[in-house]
Amino acid sequence: MVEFNFPANSKVKGGKSHKAPAGAKNVRSFQVYRYDPDSGENPRTDTFEVDMDDCGPMVLDALIKIKNEIDPTLTFRRSCREGICGSCAMNIDGTNTLACTKDCEDVKGDVKISPLPHLEIIKDLVGDLSNFYAQYASIKPWLETQTPAPPDSERLQSEDERRLIDGLYECILCACCSTSCPSYWWNSDRYLGPAVLLQAYRWLIDSRDESQGERLDQLEDPFRLYRCHTIMNCTNTCPKSLNPAKAIAEIKKMMVQRQV
Amino acid sequence: MSQGSLRTPLARVRGLGSAKGGTHHFWIQRLTAIALVPLTIWFAFSIASLATADAPAITAWMQSPLRATLMLSFLLAGFWHMKLGLQVVIEDYIHTEWTKVTCLILNNLISIFLTLAATLAVLKMLLGG
Repeated sequence: MVEFNFPANSKVKGGKSHKAPAGAKNVRSFQVYRYDPDSGENPRTDTFEVDMDDCGPMVLDALIKIKNEIDPTLTFRRSCREGICGSCAMNIDGTNTLACTKDCEDVKGDVKISPLPHLEIIKDLVGDLSNFYAQYASIKPWLETQTPAPPDSERLQSEDERRLIDGLYECILCACCSTSCPSYWWNSDRYLGPAVLLQAYRWLIDSRDESQGERLDQLEDPFRLYRCHTIMNCTNTCPKSLNPAKAIAEIKKMMVQRQV
Repeated sequence: MSQGSLRTPLARVRGLGSAKGGTHHFWIQRLTAIALVPLTIWFAFSIASLATADAPAITAWMQSPLRATLMLSFLLAGFWHMKLGLQVVIEDYIHTEWTKVTCLILNNLISIFLTLAATLAVLKMLLGG
C-alpha cells in the first residue's frame, strides 16, 4: 500500500560548508545535494560559497567552478553547456531545468540544487535514466516505411507537413518533464511519461512515416498513455518551452478519431 | 533499478505489451462528464426546491416521466463516472497487486450495487410509490 515514511537512509542531512575566499565581494551560496550510495552514508546537502565576480553567469558555470576549485568529488553530467545536449538537467530552485541555461541571477537567495526527482541516484546529481532511455527505444523513434525510398532523392514532405513536427523535433530528451510528472513518479514502470509520448507523437505525425496505426496500437494502453492526467508540470518545466501535454492530448485525439 | 533481476530495461518496459484498451475508458469518462454538467445543475435545483417537501410530495414530483428520466440519467452518468474515476485513483496509487485487484473488484461491485439500488428507488416512485 502507501508508504508514508522514506527509508531511514534516504533522509537528507546537513553537510559540509565551504566558505568563499577572503576578499570576495559578490558571494552566492549554492546548496547542493550529495549522495554516494556505495558509501552507505545518508544523502547530505553541502553548501558552497562562490565568488560570482570570478565565475560565469549560469548555474553550470558555478558547478564546474566548484568541481574544479573546491570539491573535485562533486558529480554531475554536463556536455554542450548551451542547452542542446540535455545532460545537465537537474532540479534548481525547485524546478527541473538545464543548469547551463539557468542564470544564477534568476534565483533569489541561496541556489538549491538537487537531482531530477524520483530517479535512483547513481551519485550526487546523476540519476539513473536507463528506464527512461528504454522507454524511448520502445516507441521506435525512427522512420518506419513499407515503400522503398526513391532511388534518386530523399523521402519528401511538403512545407506544411514539415511544419507539423515544429515544437516536437526540438526535444532534447533531458527528462526534465518526465521527472516533474507525479503520474510518472508513481507509475514510471508502465507509464511512458511526457518526454517519450511527445517523441511518440513526433513520429505519429511525421508525414513520411507509414506506421501510424501500429504506433497507436502500441500506445493503446491504460498505463502507457492514459496515466496522463493533464497535470501540466511537463509543459511548465520544459527548458525548451515545448508542450508535451498538448502532444499527449493530440495522441488521445488520434485514438478517439480512429474509433468514431 | 530492480535488484536481483538481470532483465534488460527494454524487456521490462515492453513488459506484457500493450493492453489494446484504454480509449473506451477515456471516452466514456468524458462523455459522462459532459452529461453531468447540465444534469448536476438540474439535480441541485430540484433538490433545493424539494428541501421542505415530505415523502408523498417527493414521490408525486418523481412521477413525471421527464423528471424520472432526468433523475435516472443523472444517477447512471454519476455512478458510471464515479466508477471510472475511482478506478484511475486505485490504478495510480495502489501498487500491491492483490490490494489493487481487490479494490478494483470492490469498486466495480459497489458501483453496480449502488446504481441498481438508486434505479430501483426511482422506478418505485415513478410506478406509484
